[in-house]
Amino acid sequence: MKSNVGKILSTAAIAATISTGAAAATLDDVKSKGFIQCGVSTGVPGFSNADSNGKWSGIDVDACRAVSAAIFGDADKVKYTPLSAKERFTALQSGEIDILSRNTTWTYTRDASLGLDFTTTNFYDGQGFMVRKDLGVSSAMELDGATVCTEQGTTTELNMADFFRKHKLEYVPVVVQKADEALSAYASGRCDVYTTDKSGLAAHRSKLSDPNEHVILTETISKEPLGPVVRHGDNQWKDIVTWSLFVQINAEEMGISSENVAKIKAESTDPGIRRLVGAEGKMGEALGLGSDWAYNIIAEVGNYGEVFERNVGPDTRVGLPRGVNNLWTEGGVLYAPPVR
Amino acid sequence: MSEKTTTNTSFFNDAGNRALLFQVVLLTAVVAIGYYLFHNLQANLQDQGISTGFAFLNEPAGFPILIHLIEYTEAGTYGRAFLVALINTMLISFIGIALATIIGVVMGLARLSQNWLVAKLATVYIETLRNIPLLLQMFFWYFAVLAALPHPRDSIIFGDFFLNKRGIYSPNPIFEDGFGVVIFGFLACVVAAIALIVWAKKRQTRTGEWFPAYWTSFAIIIFGTIICYLLAGSPVTFDLPEASRFNVKGGMVLVPEFVAVLVALSTYTGAFIAEIVRAGILSVSWGQTEAARSLGMRDSITQRLIVLPQALRVIIPPLTSQYLNLAKNSSLGAAIAYPELVAVVMGTTLNQTGQAIETIGLCMLVYGSLSLSISFFMNWYNKKMSLVER
Repeated sequence: MKSNVGKILSTAAIAATISTGAAAATLDDVKSKGFIQCGVSTGVPGFSNADSNGKWSGIDVDACRAVSAAIFGDADKVKYTPLSAKERFTALQSGEIDILSRNTTWTYTRDASLGLDFTTTNFYDGQGFMVRKDLGVSSAMELDGATVCTEQGTTTELNMADFFRKHKLEYVPVVVQKADEALSAYASGRCDVYTTDKSGLAAHRSKLSDPNEHVILTETISKEPLGPVVRHGDNQWKDIVTWSLFVQINAEEMGISSENVAKIKAESTDPGIRRLVGAEGKMGEALGLGSDWAYNIIAEVGNYGEVFERNVGPDTRVGLPRGVNNLWTEGGVLYAPPVR
Repeated sequence: MSEKTTTNTSFFNDAGNRALLFQVVLLTAVVAIGYYLFHNLQANLQDQGISTGFAFLNEPAGFPILIHLIEYTEAGTYGRAFLVALINTMLISFIGIALATIIGVVMGLARLSQNWLVAKLATVYIETLRNIPLLLQMFFWYFAVLAALPHPRDSIIFGDFFLNKRGIYSPNPIFEDGFGVVIFGFLACVVAAIALIVWAKKRQTRTGEWFPAYWTSFAIIIFGTIICYLLAGSPVTFDLPEASRFNVKGGMVLVPEFVAVLVALSTYTGAFIAEIVRAGILSVSWGQTEAARSLGMRDSITQRLIVLPQALRVIIPPLTSQYLNLAKNSSLGAAIAYPELVAVVMGTTLNQTGQAIETIGLCMLVYGSLSLSISFFMNWYNKKMSLVER
């Protein structure tokens, strides 16, 4: 109910407030209000999740914090708006939030027709299936006749339909409005299968009372590049968000972390590194930021590897391997353009 | 102002003309503001690169829907999906209204009962359900229903019926060629029954003789239809459900989502209706009942002919509001996977097409017209029931 009201309000907001100028400089707005309004999920461990004190953490949260560090030199000037899957785009379109960082899949339709711009990918994901171990299923091809639970308002719903149609398998869809209830329905036995992005499966499995009784099938049925989204038309703002992530990836590649960044800034002679940390040149200026913008991102939030390990790495409850989300030099697909 | 005023009154001094002028000015202003807002919206959506229009309704939807009374596959269009969702919303609303009314009347009467236990139980029911948020009750029923039922592998089997967490599976009737005869026979029986009731009523008015018309017509409809069915050579076969690897396959299934939404809506609204019924009955003064008794009327006839017609006049207006509430509350079903309008159109369709204004507009239109139709019908009924003053 609440989400519907929110939806209608934000739609009304689109109708009423867009007239203030769609391409207004978000950076100026953010600077004058003194914080970034960041749209996150209502709770996906490892991506964006609030603890018992209301403190948000996760990969998606760190994307917003990096932007905050770049602009303000302080990663904590962020306010969070938890959004359901179906509210998220409207919230961004209407200007309610400045960045949508909510494990959102970059797709053609979303990029081209929603008045939004996807910046870059901060997590390469793919959709998978989770089933109970005692069903004895080892491949998604064996799912003929299964009942499948999923959250509403995501690409998951479509991929699921495409997958079963392509392989001529019958299935019964149970589409629940919120992820938590979808998971409860699965846990209670309403469904044989729970499907969402694999990172989400791992995160949700950690919430179940008996995580070891469930297995994630090996098939990945879709490409799900997840990343922060901004409004279409504000190129400067898009560049800031994009490059905040590129800085983190470059930093990992160069071996710069939050721990050694101060030392490296003082001592390094490598011109590439000196440019990145702001010891040389005025790289931030072109984005309307200070010259220590990248330094602040690394010092406050860390490089990509640190962010990954801290939030979803093997030592966390979510426990995901780096896999494809590794540097190109390490066999992954993370390849950031150079800062020069 | 039927007779003409003198011609020397100026145009603006004529009250009629002035009133008309103000109406025209107001209407123009409203239309202009509406146009401005619409135009502004269009222009801004275009600036932002958000596509508009209802063309998306002809695009293939690509998503499945759990409950569809009409033919629907993933290859269907968004328009078709909208229709499926609309039918689901209307289905749950109408069955919910019927059930809530029955529960409400029974509970309302029970609360007035002379029997202490019955009255107290009804009070507990009403006060509990009225005071717990509906969404919470829906979750309760959904997860309570799910928790109570067995896993598909341990289905409770009763003949050709299966009961498990996935729903109640029953044989699905498949109507064959001769079934038209049965439908025709059924309709003929209904007409005969109505004719009998009309005849009995007329005869009673004329001669005072009483005939058990209701029971007889009931029997005519039931046995008449059965005879037609047998004469047509039993033109119905059944698709029987059978256990398969994951679920029970085939047959007809009543899913727990539907049951949970229906139970939650009808018991919740039923509690409110019970209070309305009680209020209506109490509004008829006791003297009426005493008068009827002193004329030697039986209690059941007193209720039906004296108390209820007068109570209905008090009951119908607030009852209308409850019906409207129920229809609108059905949108909460989205929370527990019942594929009604909000879930399918404002949820999945909106997410996939991004057409926020169009989809929400469609939903508002549907709920608006659904509510107005219910309201229209109830107002008509209210007028029919109201006291005819002589």
